[in-house]
Amino acid sequence: MNRYFWILGAFAALVVLLAVGLGLNPRDIPSPLVGKPVPTFKLAVLSTPDKTFGPEELRGKPWLLNVWASWCVSCRQEHPILVQFSKKVDVPLIGLNYKEVRGDGGFDMSKLPAEEERKMALQRANQWLAQHGDPYKLTAMDIDGRVGIDFGVYGVPETYVIDKEGIIRMKHTGPITPDILAKKIMPLLAELGK
Amino acid sequence: MMLRALFLALCLASTGAVASSAKEAALAADPVAEKRLQALSKELRCLVCQNETIADSNAELAVDLRREIRGMIADGRSDGEILNFMVTRYGDFVLYRPPVKGTTLLLWGGPIALLVLGLVVLVRYQRRRAERVATQDRPLTADETRRAEALLSEADQR
Repeated sequence: MNRYFWILGAFAALVVLLAVGLGLNPRDIPSPLVGKPVPTFKLAVLSTPDKTFGPEELRGKPWLLNVWASWCVSCRQEHPILVQFSKKVDVPLIGLNYKEVRGDGGFDMSKLPAEEERKMALQRANQWLAQHGDPYKLTAMDIDGRVGIDFGVYGVPETYVIDKEGIIRMKHTGPITPDILAKKIMPLLAELGK
Repeated sequence: MMLRALFLALCLASTGAVASSAKEAALAADPVAEKRLQALSKELRCLVCQNETIADSNAELAVDLRREIRGMIADGRSDGEILNFMVTRYGDFVLYRPPVKGTTLLLWGGPIALLVLGLVVLVRYQRRRAERVATQDRPLTADETRRAEALLSEADQR
């Protein structure tokens, strides 16, 4: 009797362990950047490519950075939520277009000169925003993905919440859902806006 | 005929592979640097495929990170600095051999704890069994012998 109790207990413990393991999202890797200053960068702005944008320009107010690309399928899924967000909420939403051309995989980059890639990236990004709506205050063009590495980007779309002092307060990997927006991002923004 | 076509296709495919790896090799003609790149790449996890090192992975991020490591080696940065660069961006998860610290205690200590637990259970079981055998394995009493014989002769008669 006692022995069966032990075996049953061990089995139940194993079931619980595996159930918890299955429920975890392996993509949800805690970012070491949370709590650290936002990496500095200087990138061309999509709408005005001869001008650059750097995160220091937004010192003094909380803001969001959303990493996207036209080839990113999940970005299309979260995009309407971002468009709605930008209409309702007065928090700057900055786009970081990540490897617009070379991330697509359909191009032989050895045959594409840098200038050509740049032109193509701008054109593709503009077209995508024209088609799906532009929720961004501006989009910075990370054409070669170097800035993405500084942010630890590994799965587009990714979204960062940055506070007044320029400290990253939250990172979300994967598409934003209404649930995540309502339960995690909005409360954090409310707290940061005080 | 079929075989020859297949052979030709294989040759073409392999020359393609050689061409692209030749380009990578040209980027780091220095064999010492190349060796360091290889060693470092094997220490780092590709976050896209998660169960591959960036040395094995062909995911784009892995290619980018190899390029980044190559650049840092060319800049004369030490292995420690390069690994640190990756950890500050991607976290401990990027290391294939995570450091021993509070959050990784279960990871490192877990297997040992399980082993110890298993040994304890095994030893306790063996002891109890030995006790049981010791108490039961005694000569039969006269009464028991009689009953056993009665049972046996009953079985014989059938």
